[in-house]
Amino acid sequence: MSLPLFTTTEDPGPDFAGLIRRLRVPTHPLSGGAPTAPAEGFRHGTTVVALRYADGVVMAGDRRATEGHAIAHRAMEKVFPADRYSAVAIAGAAGPAVEMVRLFQTQLEHYEKVEGVVLSLEGKANQLGQMVREHLPMAMQGLAVVPLFAGFDLARQTGRIFTYDVTGGHYEETEYNATGSGGRDARTTVKLGYRDGLDRDAAVELAIQSLYEAADEDSATGGPDLIRGIYPLVATVTAGGFASVGEDEVAERFASLIERRRMEGRQP
Amino acid sequence: MTMPYYVAPEQVMKDRAEYAQKGIARGRSLVATTYDQGIVIVADNPSRSLHKISEIYDRIAFAGVGKYNEFDQLRVSGIRHADTKGYAYSREDVEARSLANLYAQYLGQVFTHEMKPLEVEILVAELGNGLRPPQLYHIAYEGTITDEDRFAVLGGETGTIQERLDQEWSATWTLTEALRAAVAALAGPDRTLAADGLEAAVLAEGNGRRAFRRLVDEELAALLA
Repeated sequence: MSLPLFTTTEDPGPDFAGLIRRLRVPTHPLSGGAPTAPAEGFRHGTTVVALRYADGVVMAGDRRATEGHAIAHRAMEKVFPADRYSAVAIAGAAGPAVEMVRLFQTQLEHYEKVEGVVLSLEGKANQLGQMVREHLPMAMQGLAVVPLFAGFDLARQTGRIFTYDVTGGHYEETEYNATGSGGRDARTTVKLGYRDGLDRDAAVELAIQSLYEAADEDSATGGPDLIRGIYPLVATVTAGGFASVGEDEVAERFASLIERRRMEGRQP
Repeated sequence: MTMPYYVAPEQVMKDRAEYAQKGIARGRSLVATTYDQGIVIVADNPSRSLHKISEIYDRIAFAGVGKYNEFDQLRVSGIRHADTKGYAYSREDVEARSLANLYAQYLGQVFTHEMKPLEVEILVAELGNGLRPPQLYHIAYEGTITDEDRFAVLGGETGTIQERLDQEWSATWTLTEALRAAVAALAGPDRTLAADGLEAAVLAEGNGRRAFRRLVDEELAALLA
């Protein structure tokens, strides 16, 4: 490796994706070079959900990855910190999705270091949109990646959520959204319990409930795995930054959810 | 008719070295030192936005003195090198030594082959871990690289600053002690440097994955008070 120096006219600036293209670093084919046959037998990630609350946003995702009808992985991570004040969750083809997250994380940090300032939340959302758009040829082959992006907007002092479609179009959500195969069930559950200005406890509880319902209805979404001790990942992003909700807390909330339903005489 | 002329290579090198040294001496100095929790870097720099000290990677920082545009270009290329390497391999494979060597090669190359040498002196600092001690790589304008494990002084009148710091230096000092001694060494006996005329940053454990943190405004003033 040599020192990456460019003439002033060819300088890629703070754009990391442009930099690695110029340096010809082998990357996942996010654009171009799409396979000619529709893809089959690739791992897919499933339900992720995000909702706003009083202090910011809550984001959660189940842990199951599937290959066709088989379970490919039981402890996959689908919720990632994008940087200090934002989080990204993924649904879709696991390989390109994880790669996209890695590129996105590096891109945000690269921009921050080169420019000396942090990208605005809107700017981060646009960046992710560009990556999804570049991925469109692969999406047409069946390897779609649909992220969910949420963060704390330091300028506006509020949590914000952005959803994407495979064409890279992104839309701001005012309250909540979910994507993935169980997204519809998760969304409905959040919808029933959502109110403006929920506190942290209520918001985390609602996210957990929505994943529980999604796992109940959708075969590709994993519920709490009490036998192996694998639980969905939950994180919050507030003025204090990204914070994971501890596994103990998540486990306890699932346990009490199931217990509560038993007490009420409902099917857990 | 042009006159054929001959200049001895020694003279060429001497002239270039003198040119670079003059350029560097015009700027203000910078000090980096290890302390019990990490590394602190402090520069005589009244600007709030044109930084001499920057983050390169998780445990690596950069500092430069001399011509701003020249060391800033080196800083950006260092970030590019580190981020590319971390992306292509893994985050733990990024280390300061290889980056310092690249800088040294580039500076050496420019010094001998280009019209004008770079008027910069740079520092690559890396926080230690279980396997490696903290390391300060000091690279001069002509590509000479030295590694220090105590402290490094960059800039014009380094000799006197070095002497002052050498007397004070201790392996176990705290951030406050290290910072105060570094600032006193930078200022010399005849003047005092206040927080608003300084730029300071640390590479320290406890900041999470990214160990680099700037010491600004009230925090810096409180440490120096």
